[in-house]
Amino acid sequence: MGNRIFLSDPTACTAEVVAGARLLAVADRVGPDRAWRRAAMDNLMRVVVAMFAWCMPLLLLAIAIGLAVKAMPLISTTPLMDLLTSSEWRPLKGEFGFLAFIVGTVEVTLIAVLLAVPFGVLSGIYLSEHSNTATKRLAVPVLDMLGAIPSVIFGIWGVVLIVPLVRNGIAPFFGVASTGYTVLTGGLVLSVMVFPLITQVVHEVVRTVPNGLRDAGLALGATNWETTRKVVVRKALPGIWAACILGFSRAFGETIAVLMVVGNVVQIPWNPLQAGYPIPALIANNYGEMMSIPMYDSALMFAALLLLAIVLAFNLYARRVLKRMEIRAN
Amino acid sequence: MHTPRTTLSVRGLHVNYGDHAVLKDVNVDFPDRRLTAIIGPSGCGKTTLLRTLNRLIDNTEGTRITGEVLLDGQDIYARGADVTGLRRKMGLLSQRPTPLPMSIFDNVAFGMRIHGERPKQQIAERVEYFLRHASLWEEVKERLHQPAGGLSIGQQQRLCLARGLAVGPEVILGDEPTSALDPISTRHIEDKFTELKERYAIIIVTHVLRQARRLADHVVFMYLGEVVEQGPAEQLFNDPQHELTRAYISGSIS
Ligand SMILES: Nc1ncnc2c1ncn2[C@@H]1O[C@H](COP(=O)(O)OP(=O)(O)O)[C@@H](O)[C@H]1O
Ligand SMILES: [Mg+2]
Repeated sequence: MGNRIFLSDPTACTAEVVAGARLLAVADRVGPDRAWRRAAMDNLMRVVVAMFAWCMPLLLLAIAIGLAVKAMPLISTTPLMDLLTSSEWRPLKGEFGFLAFIVGTVEVTLIAVLLAVPFGVLSGIYLSEHSNTATKRLAVPVLDMLGAIPSVIFGIWGVVLIVPLVRNGIAPFFGVASTGYTVLTGGLVLSVMVFPLITQVVHEVVRTVPNGLRDAGLALGATNWETTRKVVVRKALPGIWAACILGFSRAFGETIAVLMVVGNVVQIPWNPLQAGYPIPALIANNYGEMMSIPMYDSALMFAALLLLAIVLAFNLYARRVLKRMEIRAN
Repeated sequence: MHTPRTTLSVRGLHVNYGDHAVLKDVNVDFPDRRLTAIIGPSGCGKTTLLRTLNRLIDNTEGTRITGEVLLDGQDIYARGADVTGLRRKMGLLSQRPTPLPMSIFDNVAFGMRIHGERPKQQIAERVEYFLRHASLWEEVKERLHQPAGGLSIGQQQRLCLARGLAVGPEVILGDEPTSALDPISTRHIEDKFTELKERYAIIIVTHVLRQARRLADHVVFMYLGEVVEQGPAEQLFNDPQHELTRAYISGSIS
């Protein structure tokens, strides 16, 4: 699972070491007088492993550079500030203001995160601290599976269930007429997608708190709940924060499920019961279709670059927090 | 020397982890105002015994406990027993010091804040009192509000001692409390124990025989989950009654 990577880096490392050791053992059997063979194998493996290790960052760099080059025509003709703060979106006139899309993205993401964080964090803590083995044995694989469901399925579920709920329930309750395809709908669907991720990471992070600390709290006469709240959660706080950031960046970049329920109207959604148009939806809906319009291609590339930069920044930040926690735990 | 009264005793205690019997019919009297050392080879159940005394073992899944642990005459495993109240009466020092993720001051104040709503001024006074009591005050008085994790391991263990004393225990439990410490910090803690046993019942697990000889008034020798022999330190070390005890003390089993 992608979201496990943060905590399992060290094991990946051991796998390499084991593989290397096995190769050396084979080389050894060729003959003890062939020491150079082992040295050669050692060097060869070092190069191969290094090559694979460097592939990933290079790939990322290639994507970023590709996007930047394609976005250049737009960036070089329109000031960056205008692109980010204008809401005039008239591709035919060559006006590309991204504000409506940015606001749409942020709104959908915030709704999702605000809903998913309390539930995700509490479930993760519950799973680690207060559930028995049977519950864990059930819940952990279920969370894994939820994370593996293709997002288009969440989208369909949103269209079938959440859209009518918003149209016939939530919107009328607030006295608003709505098609049901709104920013709120997008946020609700997204929150359900992000919730398992947050739960999973919080669970893993809280588990790394050493048992000695729990004992210390209890031995001082604190109840289980006091120990959880005042000792364990406190210790795990940076990691819990990182889990929320990961949830945020996952929500931020999610495309299909949101696109299916959010309405896709170019406007600043002043309230969540209006339709919106988040950046990923913009790119997915229009790429390849409106290429006859000058600069449109470049504008979409700019949007993609923006998305990539924000998601990367959040991910890197969350990884750093988790890493630091892991170091301190050992 | 007056005969010490017993505050804590264990009667017919059996502990199982699943099918694995870890403690078998353990009967021990821990004398008050004395230091009792529990000795025995690794894996014989010393930690388990210690963890039954303040019911920390409750939080290990899959354990089955039968028998009685009497504190001041009350069975702590009786239905409806007040577990947090009981744990208050037992300070705990573990193998590695466990500073709570907060400041030095808050570590010592933790128990007081949980148990009573004493006014701020009084908490500050008591924090100082107990830090002095654990011989740590002079070293930390300038940085009370810095994270406790920044202290040396030896200082951390003394902080844990101060923290435990601050909730007003009757018994101090230590699970190899000096095994992670350097010789000087070990001396600190050992001296503290010698001083504290005037007022508390102290029970420490140790696999360092010399430490048991230095500190203990009373010794409990365990082997494979059973108490083989117990008695005054002098007698147990100089004239062991049981073959196994003799073998362990002479170093031929470990
Ligand atoms: N949580 C546990 N689950 C299962 N077995 C355990 C657990 N804790 C300890 N044991 C087993 O109980 C026995 C006694 O352990 P312990 O009390 O830690 O011994 P000691 O402290 O004397 O080294 C050992 O055989 C150990 O493997
Ligand atoms: Mg032990």
